[in-house]
Amino acid sequence: MDIAVLLRAVPDPVEELELNDDETDLDRDYLGYVLNEFDDHALEEALLLKEDTGGSVTAYAIGTSDEVEQILVTAIAKGADAAVKLGDDLGVLDAHAQSEIFAAALGERSHQAILCGVQASDEIDGQVAMLLSARLGHPHVSVVVATSVTDAGLSVTKEYWAGITATYDVRLPAVLGIQAARQAPRYVAVSRIRQAQDSGALSEVDTVAPASSSGVTITAIRIPESGAGAEMISGDETAAAEQIVALLQAAGVGGAP
Amino acid sequence: MSGAILVVTEHLGGQFTDATFELLALANGLATSTGAEVEAALVGADVAGMTTQLGAAGRVLLIEDPALESFNPHGHACVVAGLVADREPGIVLVPYTSTGMDMASHIASRSDLPLVSYCQSIDASAGLAATCQLYAGKIEADVSVDGDRAVFAVLSGAAAAADGRRDGSPTVESVTVEVPGGTSFTGQVEPEAGDVDITVQDVLLVVGRGIESEDNIEEVAELAEALGGAVAASRPVVDQGWLPKTRQVGKSGLTVKPKVYLALGVSGAPEHVEGMRDSSTIIAVNTDPQAPIFGVAHHGWVGDLFDLVPELADLLEGS
Ligand SMILES: Cc1cc2nc3c(=O)[nH]c(=O)nc-3n(C[C@H](O)[C@H](O)[C@H](O)COP(=O)(O)OP(=O)(O)OC[C@H]3O[C@@H](n4cnc5c(N)ncnc54)[C@H](O)[C@@H]3O)c2cc1C
Repeated sequence: MDIAVLLRAVPDPVEELELNDDETDLDRDYLGYVLNEFDDHALEEALLLKEDTGGSVTAYAIGTSDEVEQILVTAIAKGADAAVKLGDDLGVLDAHAQSEIFAAALGERSHQAILCGVQASDEIDGQVAMLLSARLGHPHVSVVVATSVTDAGLSVTKEYWAGITATYDVRLPAVLGIQAARQAPRYVAVSRIRQAQDSGALSEVDTVAPASSSGVTITAIRIPESGAGAEMISGDETAAAEQIVALLQAAGVGGAP
Repeated sequence: MSGAILVVTEHLGGQFTDATFELLALANGLATSTGAEVEAALVGADVAGMTTQLGAAGRVLLIEDPALESFNPHGHACVVAGLVADREPGIVLVPYTSTGMDMASHIASRSDLPLVSYCQSIDASAGLAATCQLYAGKIEADVSVDGDRAVFAVLSGAAAAADGRRDGSPTVESVTVEVPGGTSFTGQVEPEAGDVDITVQDVLLVVGRGIESEDNIEEVAELAEALGGAVAASRPVVDQGWLPKTRQVGKSGLTVKPKVYLALGVSGAPEHVEGMRDSSTIIAVNTDPQAPIFGVAHHGWVGDLFDLVPELADLLEGS
């Protein structure tokens, strides 16, 4: 089965975020980017699917930054057969623009399964995976936590809530929004990543910026007031532990003091 | 704004979800400011009997087909998209839930409507505007929408479910549609019961990705037990296989309301918060002062959980 996986660099969630001058976007000058965690799971599930059935995995990412290159090279090191950088410096793109670029790149190929993370933290105008499926007209399932190959295509497990899941038969080609892979994403040694750099499996395709707009404009952003409503405990860990024990006792848990 | 306010309902096993009633409550608020009618889309097989639970809607658009008996990702998305293309509502409210995530983009694409995701409030008094949560709750954004119609994928908690849960007899209009193939339901799996039921504990010590490794959970679990409670976790900890799914708090896990909820290294993403925000006392420990968990916590300490946990253990042993 020929599988595509779409990978996106997103602002590192553990970094301190700062706003730009007119407070309509993050200050991106010093912002670090990492692979979207759900895309990491999509890559893992794609690799597992390939291990089940043979075929190939091709990873796609938009952009030319070092982070994008690193993400794609790492995908190769983990087992992707090829990686494609959808190049040119297109700046910050919303989910509609990203889905348009991915659709154009994928439309020329014949992937049977297209896997992408179920969501990314900056998708204010919709999820790339599902926008893409609508654009390509392919069947889709979102919030997927497992896939397996059947005679007719794929069987996928979708998570509802409260631990309830459902299974579906899916006709191919299809787009899947991956929530979690069947197993935790694999690690890869730095030496393998270095090898992958020279493997020649990474290519670049020129891309033009989409013309259409999502119709959604961010007019202002802000950092929600930290601890709005929370009483912050000051002092070191000893002081904090004392206060927390006092709170536990006040709530009547943990037995008598 | 032109046209009705359409709520896309969600149900499982004959029961509407809380998300449905939250959206109905939200829709009624918007109806007051716009004068628009509130409609509800109800999709399933043999579900006409459920329409009386949708008293908060003036009209129910009923789509019934055997292929839609259980939620069918591609089928549901396409028929609701067709309904929206046909009826041209002004505002479409879709829950940002497992089923809504399959539908919102298709509805918006098919009618070429703007889609506002991660939405937590909507203002339709002059044009369409909304506030949204971005970067896993670390940023709040105001957005404006081009034109006078849009689809909103709404986060849990945007309105109170109790305000939208009303029996009644809305006008019911049956709509016939063709259900496309592509995805078909083959079965539903209920979760296995765990060794511990985290929904009945008085105290939960909840570990997030900040716990770093499976080995580090042991000390927290012992502490939880010493307090007569249990250890629970955010999703990444469960996805790593460090704790069973039955210990997961949040959107795809369990909803908990303990007397004390102590979060250790949990960032407080919206999907986590929706499963714990009604706990009586929420205490959060995180090294990042910007962590959104401090927005729902009653008490917070900015610091390292690995410094705190031994101190807590000492104090509780000594008591
Ligand atoms: C459809 C869907 C359903 C989901 N369902 C759920 C769900 O049910 N439950 C759930 O939890 N998530 C769920 N998620 C995932 C959710 O989006 C987040 O990815 C997840 O909640 C993040 O978990 P976390 O807070 O443990 O990790 P992170 O967001 O990585 O946060 C780790 C935190 O630990 C802090 N930290 C690091 N080291 C330390 C230290 N030494 N001491 C103190 N603090 C430290 C960091 O500052 C950071 O804030 C769902 C996502 C989707 C798309």
